[in-house]
Amino acid sequence: MTCFNDLAPDTGRTIELQLNGQSVLAQVSVRQHLGDFLRESQGFKGTHIGCEHGVCGACTVRVDGRAVRSCLCLAVQADAAQVFTIEGLSDDPVVRALQDSFVRCHAMQCGFCTAGMVLTAAELLQAQPEPSREDVREYLSGNYCRCTGYESIVNAVMDAAQTLRKAGGGAR
Amino acid sequence: MKAAPFKYVRAQSLEHCLELLSEHGDDARLLAGGQSLLPSLALRLSAPALLIDINRVQELSGEPQVTPDVVRLPALTRHADLITSPVVQTYLPLLHRAAPWIAHPGIRHRGTTGGSLALGDPASELPACALAAGATFILQSKSGGLRRVPAQSFYQGMFRNACAADEMIVAVEFARMDAMQTGFKEVARRRGDYAMVGLAAQARRRGQRLTDVGLSFFAVGDYPVLATQISQAIEAADTPAQAVTMALEVYEREMQPSADLWCSSQAKKYIGRSVLEDVIHDLFQ
Repeated sequence: MTCFNDLAPDTGRTIELQLNGQSVLAQVSVRQHLGDFLRESQGFKGTHIGCEHGVCGACTVRVDGRAVRSCLCLAVQADAAQVFTIEGLSDDPVVRALQDSFVRCHAMQCGFCTAGMVLTAAELLQAQPEPSREDVREYLSGNYCRCTGYESIVNAVMDAAQTLRKAGGGAR
Repeated sequence: MKAAPFKYVRAQSLEHCLELLSEHGDDARLLAGGQSLLPSLALRLSAPALLIDINRVQELSGEPQVTPDVVRLPALTRHADLITSPVVQTYLPLLHRAAPWIAHPGIRHRGTTGGSLALGDPASELPACALAAGATFILQSKSGGLRRVPAQSFYQGMFRNACAADEMIVAVEFARMDAMQTGFKEVARRRGDYAMVGLAAQARRRGQRLTDVGLSFFAVGDYPVLATQISQAIEAADTPAQAVTMALEVYEREMQPSADLWCSSQAKKYIGRSVLEDVIHDLFQ
Protein backbone atom coordinates (compact mmCIF):
# COMPACT_ATOMS: atom_id res chain seq x y z
CA MET A 1 0.00 0.00 0.00
CA THR A 2 1.22 3.44 -0.86
CA CYS A 3 -1.22 5.13 1.45
CA PHE A 4 1.20 5.78 4.29
CA ASN A 5 3.52 7.95 2.24
CA ASP A 6 0.50 9.72 0.80
CA LEU A 7 -0.57 10.83 4.26
CA ALA A 8 2.44 13.10 4.79
CA PRO A 9 1.53 16.77 5.49
CA ASP A 10 0.55 18.91 2.54
CA THR A 11 3.97 19.95 1.33
CA GLY A 12 2.80 19.66 -2.25
CA ARG A 13 2.41 17.10 -4.96
CA THR A 14 3.94 16.84 -8.35
CA ILE A 15 1.49 16.62 -11.19
CA GLU A 16 2.09 16.14 -14.87
CA LEU A 17 -0.54 17.15 -17.38
CA GLN A 18 -1.07 18.35 -20.91
CA LEU A 19 -2.00 22.02 -20.66
CA ASN A 20 -3.04 23.83 -23.83
CA GLY A 21 -1.14 21.22 -25.81
CA GLN A 22 2.09 21.46 -23.80
CA SER A 23 3.43 19.03 -21.24
CA VAL A 24 3.55 20.65 -17.83
CA LEU A 25 5.22 19.34 -14.69
CA ALA A 26 4.28 21.30 -11.59
CA GLN A 27 4.20 21.23 -7.83
CA VAL A 28 0.78 21.92 -6.34
CA SER A 29 -0.71 22.14 -2.89
CA VAL A 30 -3.48 19.56 -2.59
CA ARG A 31 -6.01 22.16 -1.52
CA GLN A 32 -5.42 24.34 -4.56
CA HIS A 33 -8.23 24.15 -7.09
CA LEU A 34 -7.54 23.81 -10.77
CA GLY A 35 -8.63 27.38 -11.53
CA ASP A 36 -6.11 28.91 -9.14
CA PHE A 37 -3.43 26.59 -10.49
CA LEU A 38 -4.12 27.69 -14.07
CA ARG A 39 -4.05 31.37 -13.17
CA GLU A 40 -1.50 31.66 -10.41
CA SER A 41 0.97 28.94 -11.27
CA GLN A 42 0.61 28.76 -15.04
CA GLY A 43 -0.40 32.34 -15.86
CA PHE A 44 -3.47 31.47 -17.92
CA LYS A 45 -5.57 34.35 -16.66
CA GLY A 46 -8.27 33.90 -19.28
CA THR A 47 -9.84 31.53 -16.77
CA HIS A 48 -11.79 33.83 -14.46
CA ILE A 49 -12.53 32.93 -10.88
CA GLY A 50 -15.96 34.16 -9.87
CA CYS A 51 -17.78 32.51 -7.02
CA GLU A 52 -15.40 29.63 -6.24
CA HIS A 53 -18.22 27.31 -5.29
CA GLY A 54 -19.56 26.16 -8.59
CA VAL A 55 -22.42 28.58 -9.08
CA CYS A 56 -21.27 31.07 -11.72
CA GLY A 57 -19.49 29.06 -14.42
CA ALA A 58 -16.91 31.80 -15.12
CA CYS A 59 -14.00 29.43 -14.42
CA THR A 60 -15.12 26.82 -16.97
CA VAL A 61 -12.23 25.02 -18.70
CA ARG A 62 -12.00 21.86 -20.80
CA VAL A 63 -10.70 18.77 -18.99
CA ASP A 64 -10.35 15.58 -21.03
CA GLY A 65 -12.71 16.98 -23.62
CA ARG A 66 -15.46 18.07 -21.28
CA ALA A 67 -16.34 21.53 -20.01
CA VAL A 68 -15.99 21.57 -16.23
CA ARG A 69 -15.83 24.15 -13.49
CA SER A 70 -12.17 24.55 -12.57
CA CYS A 71 -13.06 25.71 -9.05
CA LEU A 72 -14.73 22.34 -8.42
CA CYS A 73 -11.74 20.27 -9.41
CA LEU A 74 -8.53 20.09 -7.42
CA ALA A 75 -5.33 20.79 -9.30
CA VAL A 76 -3.97 17.48 -8.06
CA GLN A 77 -6.90 15.75 -9.78
CA ALA A 78 -5.72 17.11 -13.13
CA ASP A 79 -2.67 14.86 -12.95
CA ALA A 80 -2.40 13.04 -16.31
CA ALA A 81 -5.35 14.99 -17.69
CA GLN A 82 -5.57 17.03 -20.86
CA VAL A 83 -6.62 20.56 -19.94
CA PHE A 84 -7.47 23.45 -22.22
CA THR A 85 -8.16 27.00 -21.18
CA ILE A 86 -9.53 29.66 -23.50
CA GLU A 87 -5.95 30.62 -24.43
CA GLY A 88 -5.28 27.21 -25.91
CA LEU A 89 -8.41 26.97 -28.03
CA SER A 90 -8.18 29.88 -30.45
CA ASP A 91 -7.37 27.43 -33.24
CA ASP A 92 -10.42 25.33 -32.49
CA PRO A 93 -12.83 26.24 -35.32
CA VAL A 94 -15.89 26.22 -33.07
CA VAL A 95 -14.26 28.39 -30.40
CA ARG A 96 -12.89 30.71 -33.11
CA ALA A 97 -16.36 31.11 -34.65
CA LEU A 98 -17.86 31.83 -31.24
CA GLN A 99 -15.21 34.42 -30.45
CA ASP A 100 -15.88 36.18 -33.77
CA SER A 101 -19.63 36.05 -33.18
CA PHE A 102 -19.27 37.39 -29.64
CA VAL A 103 -17.45 40.40 -31.10
CA ARG A 104 -19.91 40.81 -33.96
CA CYS A 105 -22.98 40.55 -31.74
CA HIS A 106 -21.58 42.68 -28.87
CA ALA A 107 -22.03 39.69 -26.61
CA MET A 108 -19.82 40.97 -23.85
CA GLN A 109 -19.83 43.95 -21.59
CA CYS A 110 -17.28 43.50 -18.84
CA GLY A 111 -16.04 40.22 -20.35
CA PHE A 112 -15.74 38.44 -17.03
CA CYS A 113 -18.07 35.57 -17.98
CA THR A 114 -17.01 35.38 -21.62
CA ALA A 115 -14.41 32.62 -21.54
CA GLY A 116 -16.77 30.36 -19.61
CA MET A 117 -19.64 31.19 -21.92
CA VAL A 118 -17.55 30.45 -25.02
CA LEU A 119 -16.23 27.12 -23.72
CA THR A 120 -19.69 25.99 -22.64
CA ALA A 121 -21.29 27.11 -25.91
CA ALA A 122 -18.53 25.38 -27.89
CA GLU A 123 -19.44 22.11 -26.26
CA LEU A 124 -23.10 22.62 -27.18
CA LEU A 125 -22.30 23.43 -30.83
CA GLN A 126 -20.02 20.43 -31.16
CA ALA A 127 -22.80 18.12 -30.04
CA GLN A 128 -25.67 19.99 -31.62
CA PRO A 129 -24.89 22.13 -34.68
CA GLU A 130 -28.45 23.44 -35.00
CA PRO A 131 -29.60 24.40 -31.52
CA SER A 132 -32.75 26.42 -30.85
CA ARG A 133 -32.52 29.60 -28.76
CA GLU A 134 -34.10 27.62 -25.97
CA ASP A 135 -31.38 24.95 -26.25
CA VAL A 136 -28.71 27.64 -26.02
CA ARG A 137 -30.34 29.25 -22.99
CA GLU A 138 -30.61 25.92 -21.29
CA TYR A 139 -27.04 24.88 -22.00
CA LEU A 140 -25.74 28.23 -20.76
CA SER A 141 -28.04 28.25 -17.72
CA GLY A 142 -25.09 27.41 -15.46
CA ASN A 143 -23.09 30.44 -16.59
CA TYR A 144 -23.84 33.80 -15.03
CA CYS A 145 -23.41 37.09 -16.86
CA ARG A 146 -23.43 39.69 -14.16
CA CYS A 147 -23.96 42.46 -16.70
CA THR A 148 -27.13 40.50 -17.63
CA GLY A 149 -26.22 40.51 -21.30
CA TYR A 150 -27.84 37.17 -21.97
CA GLU A 151 -29.82 38.21 -25.04
CA SER A 152 -26.73 39.19 -27.03
CA ILE A 153 -24.88 36.12 -25.81
CA VAL A 154 -27.63 33.85 -27.13
CA ASN A 155 -27.60 35.89 -30.37
CA ALA A 156 -23.86 35.30 -30.67
CA VAL A 157 -24.14 31.55 -30.14
CA MET A 158 -26.91 31.33 -32.75
CA ASP A 159 -24.78 33.46 -35.09
CA ALA A 160 -21.77 31.19 -34.59
CA ALA A 161 -23.89 28.11 -35.21
CA GLN A 162 -25.05 29.60 -38.49
CA THR A 163 -21.51 30.58 -39.49
CA LEU A 164 -20.26 27.08 -38.80
CA ARG A 165 -23.08 25.49 -40.77
CA LYS A 166 -22.36 27.78 -43.72
CA ALA A 167 -18.68 26.91 -43.50
CA GLY A 168 -19.79 23.31 -43.83
CA GLY A 169 -19.18 21.53 -40.59
CA GLY A 170 -18.99 22.92 -37.11
CA ALA A 171 -19.72 19.58 -35.55
CA ARG A 172 -16.82 17.25 -35.17
CA MET B 1 -13.47 30.86 -0.40
CA LYS B 2 -10.58 28.48 0.05
CA ALA B 3 -10.88 25.05 1.61
CA ALA B 4 -9.33 24.46 5.00
CA PRO B 5 -6.20 22.31 4.81
CA PHE B 6 -6.74 18.60 4.35
CA LYS B 7 -4.72 15.58 3.43
CA TYR B 8 -5.37 13.93 0.11
CA VAL B 9 -4.97 10.36 -1.04
CA ARG B 10 -5.77 9.01 -4.44
CA ALA B 11 -7.24 5.55 -3.89
CA GLN B 12 -5.56 3.06 -6.21
CA SER B 13 -8.17 0.33 -5.93
CA LEU B 14 -11.38 -0.47 -4.10
CA GLU B 15 -9.38 -2.43 -1.55
CA HIS B 16 -7.13 0.56 -0.92
CA CYS B 17 -10.16 2.81 -0.58
CA LEU B 18 -11.92 0.52 1.92
CA GLU B 19 -8.68 0.20 3.85
CA LEU B 20 -8.41 3.97 4.14
CA LEU B 21 -12.06 4.29 5.15
CA SER B 22 -11.65 1.65 7.79
CA GLU B 23 -8.60 3.43 9.17
CA HIS B 24 -9.96 6.98 9.10
CA GLY B 25 -13.76 6.58 9.26
CA ASP B 26 -15.54 9.86 9.95
CA ASP B 27 -12.35 11.91 9.59
CA ALA B 28 -12.28 11.05 5.90
CA ARG B 29 -14.58 12.02 3.07
CA LEU B 30 -14.76 10.32 -0.31
CA LEU B 31 -14.10 12.64 -3.22
CA ALA B 32 -16.11 11.40 -6.20
CA GLY B 33 -17.38 14.11 -8.56
CA GLY B 34 -16.78 16.73 -5.90
CA GLN B 35 -19.58 18.94 -7.16
CA SER B 36 -21.18 19.19 -3.73
CA LEU B 37 -18.18 18.33 -1.57
CA LEU B 38 -15.79 20.94 -2.98
CA PRO B 39 -18.31 23.81 -2.56
CA SER B 40 -18.91 22.69 1.02
CA LEU B 41 -15.14 22.73 1.63
CA ALA B 42 -14.78 26.14 -0.04
CA LEU B 43 -17.58 27.54 2.12
CA ARG B 44 -16.02 25.79 5.11
CA LEU B 45 -19.24 24.01 5.88
CA SER B 46 -17.10 20.94 6.29
CA ALA B 47 -13.42 20.41 6.97
CA PRO B 48 -12.51 16.72 6.80
CA ALA B 49 -8.96 15.76 7.73
CA LEU B 50 -8.58 13.49 4.71
CA LEU B 51 -10.03 13.38 1.21
CA ILE B 52 -9.97 9.99 -0.47
CA ASP B 53 -10.13 10.56 -4.20
CA ILE B 54 -11.93 7.60 -5.75
CA ASN B 55 -12.03 8.87 -9.34
CA ARG B 56 -9.45 6.40 -10.61
CA VAL B 57 -10.81 3.33 -8.88
CA GLN B 58 -11.54 0.92 -11.73
CA GLU B 59 -14.02 -1.17 -9.73
CA LEU B 60 -16.26 1.88 -9.29
CA SER B 61 -16.16 2.99 -12.94
CA GLY B 62 -17.35 1.66 -16.24
CA GLU B 63 -20.49 1.24 -18.26
CA PRO B 64 -23.91 0.41 -16.82
CA GLN B 65 -24.33 -3.38 -16.76
CA VAL B 66 -27.62 -4.88 -17.94
CA THR B 67 -28.98 -8.28 -16.96
CA PRO B 68 -32.43 -9.63 -17.87
CA ASP B 69 -33.76 -8.11 -14.63
CA VAL B 70 -31.62 -5.24 -13.48
CA VAL B 71 -29.27 -2.48 -14.52
CA ARG B 72 -26.30 -1.91 -12.28
CA LEU B 73 -24.76 1.55 -12.28
CA PRO B 74 -21.21 1.79 -10.92
CA ALA B 75 -20.84 4.51 -8.29
CA LEU B 76 -18.78 6.72 -10.60
CA THR B 77 -21.41 6.90 -13.35
CA ARG B 78 -21.45 10.60 -14.26
CA HIS B 79 -24.75 12.45 -14.51
CA ALA B 80 -23.92 13.29 -18.13
CA ASP B 81 -23.63 9.55 -18.87
CA LEU B 82 -27.23 9.06 -17.73
CA ILE B 83 -28.25 11.36 -20.58
CA THR B 84 -26.00 9.90 -23.29
CA SER B 85 -25.95 6.19 -22.41
CA PRO B 86 -28.21 4.15 -24.74
CA VAL B 87 -28.52 1.52 -21.99
CA VAL B 88 -29.89 4.07 -19.53
CA GLN B 89 -32.19 5.55 -22.16
CA THR B 90 -33.66 2.14 -22.99
CA TYR B 91 -33.73 0.37 -19.66
CA LEU B 92 -33.81 3.20 -17.10
CA PRO B 93 -35.96 5.86 -18.76
CA LEU B 94 -36.73 7.54 -15.43
CA LEU B 95 -33.05 8.35 -14.91
CA HIS B 96 -32.69 9.43 -18.52
CA ARG B 97 -35.58 11.87 -18.00
CA ALA B 98 -34.34 13.12 -14.65
CA ALA B 99 -30.66 13.65 -15.50
CA PRO B 100 -31.05 16.82 -17.61
CA TRP B 101 -32.60 18.43 -14.54
CA ILE B 102 -29.47 17.87 -12.47
CA ALA B 103 -27.58 21.16 -12.23
CA HIS B 104 -25.77 22.31 -15.39
CA PRO B 105 -23.64 20.62 -18.09
CA GLY B 106 -20.30 21.48 -16.44
CA ILE B 107 -21.48 19.92 -13.19
CA ARG B 108 -23.11 16.89 -14.82
CA HIS B 109 -19.79 16.02 -16.44
CA ARG B 110 -18.19 15.37 -13.07
CA GLY B 111 -21.01 14.71 -10.60
CA THR B 112 -21.62 11.02 -9.93
CA THR B 113 -24.57 8.76 -9.21
CA GLY B 114 -22.91 7.28 -6.13
CA GLY B 115 -22.00 10.68 -4.76
CA SER B 116 -25.44 12.13 -5.25
CA LEU B 117 -27.14 9.09 -3.71
CA ALA B 118 -24.75 9.06 -0.74
CA LEU B 119 -25.13 12.78 -0.02
CA GLY B 120 -28.91 12.62 -0.34
CA ASP B 121 -29.42 16.35 -0.70
CA PRO B 122 -33.11 16.90 0.03
CA ALA B 123 -33.56 18.78 -3.25
CA SER B 124 -31.65 16.42 -5.51
CA GLU B 125 -33.14 14.29 -8.24
CA LEU B 126 -31.43 10.90 -8.08
CA PRO B 127 -32.31 9.90 -4.50
CA ALA B 128 -35.99 10.48 -5.34
CA CYS B 129 -35.62 8.42 -8.53
CA ALA B 130 -33.99 5.62 -6.53
CA LEU B 131 -36.90 5.58 -4.09
CA ALA B 132 -39.61 5.77 -6.74
CA ALA B 133 -37.99 2.90 -8.64
CA GLY B 134 -37.24 0.79 -5.56
CA ALA B 135 -33.50 0.73 -6.27
CA THR B 136 -31.02 -1.24 -4.21
CA PHE B 137 -27.80 0.34 -2.98
CA ILE B 138 -24.75 -1.90 -2.89
CA LEU B 139 -22.59 -0.92 0.08
CA GLN B 140 -19.18 -2.24 0.95
CA SER B 141 -16.76 -1.95 3.84
CA LYS B 142 -13.63 -3.74 4.97
CA SER B 143 -15.25 -4.94 8.18
CA GLY B 144 -18.68 -5.90 6.84
CA GLY B 145 -18.03 -6.83 3.24
CA LEU B 146 -20.86 -6.30 0.79
CA ARG B 147 -24.45 -5.63 1.74
CA ARG B 148 -27.56 -4.58 -0.13
CA VAL B 149 -29.78 -1.82 1.23
CA PRO B 150 -33.12 -0.87 -0.33
CA ALA B 151 -33.37 2.84 -1.18
CA GLN B 152 -36.41 3.04 1.06
CA SER B 153 -34.40 2.30 4.20
CA PHE B 154 -31.19 4.07 3.13
CA TYR B 155 -32.21 7.63 3.98
CA GLN B 156 -32.63 8.25 7.68
CA GLY B 157 -32.60 12.01 8.12
CA MET B 158 -31.21 15.19 6.63
CA PHE B 159 -27.85 14.16 5.16
CA ARG B 160 -27.99 10.98 7.23
CA ASN B 161 -28.01 7.53 5.71
CA ALA B 162 -27.47 3.85 6.40
CA CYS B 163 -23.74 3.89 5.54
CA ALA B 164 -21.45 3.09 8.46
CA ALA B 165 -18.39 5.34 8.89
CA ASP B 166 -16.19 2.83 7.07
CA GLU B 167 -18.73 2.00 4.37
CA MET B 168 -19.39 3.33 0.89
CA ILE B 169 -21.78 2.93 -2.03
CA VAL B 170 -20.03 0.92 -4.73
CA ALA B 171 -22.97 0.60 -7.10
CA VAL B 172 -26.73 0.94 -7.36
CA GLU B 173 -29.09 -1.55 -8.93
CA PHE B 174 -32.35 -0.62 -10.58
CA ALA B 175 -34.93 -3.12 -11.73
CA ARG B 176 -35.24 -2.68 -15.48
CA MET B 177 -38.04 -0.27 -16.27
CA ASP B 178 -38.36 -0.68 -20.03
CA ALA B 179 -41.91 -1.99 -19.55
CA MET B 180 -42.82 0.74 -17.07
CA GLN B 181 -44.29 4.19 -17.51
CA THR B 182 -42.18 6.96 -16.01
CA GLY B 183 -42.90 10.51 -14.95
CA PHE B 184 -40.62 13.26 -13.77
CA LYS B 185 -41.12 16.93 -13.10
CA GLU B 186 -39.51 19.63 -11.05
CA VAL B 187 -40.06 23.32 -10.60
CA ALA B 188 -37.03 25.53 -9.96
CA ARG B 189 -36.49 29.26 -10.20
CA ARG B 190 -33.95 28.75 -12.96
CA ARG B 191 -33.09 25.67 -14.98
CA GLY B 192 -30.46 23.74 -13.06
CA ASP B 193 -31.17 25.30 -9.68
CA TYR B 194 -32.20 23.16 -6.78
CA ALA B 195 -35.84 22.20 -7.04
CA MET B 196 -38.55 24.06 -5.16
CA VAL B 197 -40.64 20.91 -5.57
CA GLY B 198 -39.98 17.84 -7.66
CA LEU B 199 -41.50 14.43 -8.21
CA ALA B 200 -40.12 11.21 -9.68
CA ALA B 201 -42.48 8.36 -10.52
CA GLN B 202 -42.87 5.07 -12.28
CA ALA B 203 -45.79 2.69 -12.74
CA ARG B 204 -47.07 -0.16 -14.85
CA ARG B 205 -50.00 0.67 -17.08
CA ARG B 206 -52.85 -1.76 -17.56
CA GLY B 207 -55.38 -0.09 -19.82
CA GLN B 208 -57.02 2.70 -17.86
CA ARG B 209 -55.35 1.73 -14.61
CA LEU B 210 -51.90 1.93 -13.08
CA THR B 211 -50.26 -0.65 -10.84
CA ASP B 212 -46.89 -0.84 -9.06
CA VAL B 213 -46.91 2.92 -8.63
CA GLY B 214 -43.79 4.42 -7.03
CA LEU B 215 -43.86 8.14 -6.31
CA SER B 216 -41.21 10.15 -4.53
CA PHE B 217 -41.37 13.89 -3.97
CA PHE B 218 -38.15 15.80 -3.37
CA ALA B 219 -37.33 19.23 -1.91
CA VAL B 220 -40.33 18.91 0.41
CA GLY B 221 -38.62 17.53 3.51
CA ASP B 222 -35.34 16.48 5.08
CA TYR B 223 -34.90 13.60 2.67
CA PRO B 224 -36.95 12.00 -0.09
CA VAL B 225 -39.70 9.61 0.97
CA LEU B 226 -42.17 7.45 -0.90
CA ALA B 227 -45.65 8.96 -1.21
CA THR B 228 -47.24 5.60 -0.48
CA GLN B 229 -50.76 6.80 0.22
CA ILE B 230 -50.89 8.80 -2.99
CA SER B 231 -49.61 5.78 -4.91
CA GLN B 232 -52.36 3.63 -3.40
CA ALA B 233 -54.98 6.20 -4.39
CA ILE B 234 -53.72 6.15 -7.97
CA GLU B 235 -53.73 2.34 -8.04
CA ALA B 236 -57.33 2.31 -6.79
CA ALA B 237 -58.60 4.58 -9.58
CA ASP B 238 -60.39 3.19 -12.64
CA THR B 239 -59.57 6.01 -15.05
CA PRO B 240 -56.82 8.60 -15.52
CA ALA B 241 -59.18 11.40 -14.51
CA GLN B 242 -60.16 9.57 -11.37
CA ALA B 243 -56.50 8.88 -10.58
CA VAL B 244 -55.78 12.62 -10.63
CA THR B 245 -58.80 13.45 -8.45
CA MET B 246 -58.09 10.74 -5.91
CA ALA B 247 -54.37 11.47 -5.78
CA LEU B 248 -54.97 15.17 -5.23
CA GLU B 249 -57.45 14.40 -2.46
CA VAL B 250 -54.81 12.45 -0.55
CA TYR B 251 -52.17 15.06 -1.40
CA GLU B 252 -54.33 17.83 0.12
CA ARG B 253 -54.80 15.86 3.27
CA GLU B 254 -51.34 14.38 3.78
CA MET B 255 -48.69 16.55 2.18
CA GLN B 256 -46.95 18.97 4.51
CA PRO B 257 -43.82 20.29 2.78
CA SER B 258 -41.06 21.84 4.90
CA ALA B 259 -40.18 25.39 3.94
CA ASP B 260 -36.67 26.16 2.78
CA LEU B 261 -34.82 29.49 2.63
CA TRP B 262 -36.51 30.51 -0.59
CA CYS B 263 -39.90 28.89 -0.62
CA SER B 264 -42.62 28.68 2.03
CA SER B 265 -44.45 25.49 2.88
CA GLN B 266 -47.64 26.91 1.38
CA ALA B 267 -45.90 27.80 -1.88
CA LYS B 268 -44.42 24.32 -2.10
CA LYS B 269 -47.78 22.76 -1.47
CA TYR B 270 -49.33 24.89 -4.21
CA ILE B 271 -46.59 24.04 -6.72
CA GLY B 272 -46.71 20.36 -5.77
CA ARG B 273 -50.34 20.06 -6.88
CA SER B 274 -49.59 20.83 -10.49
CA VAL B 275 -46.40 18.77 -10.38
CA LEU B 276 -48.38 15.76 -9.17
CA GLU B 277 -51.08 16.24 -11.77
CA ASP B 278 -48.54 16.52 -14.60
CA VAL B 279 -46.64 13.45 -13.46
CA ILE B 280 -49.83 11.36 -13.29
CA HIS B 281 -50.56 12.42 -16.86
CA ASP B 282 -47.01 11.35 -17.80
CA LEU B 283 -47.65 7.93 -16.28
CA PHE B 284 -50.69 7.47 -18.51
CA GLN B 285 -48.87 8.55 -21.69
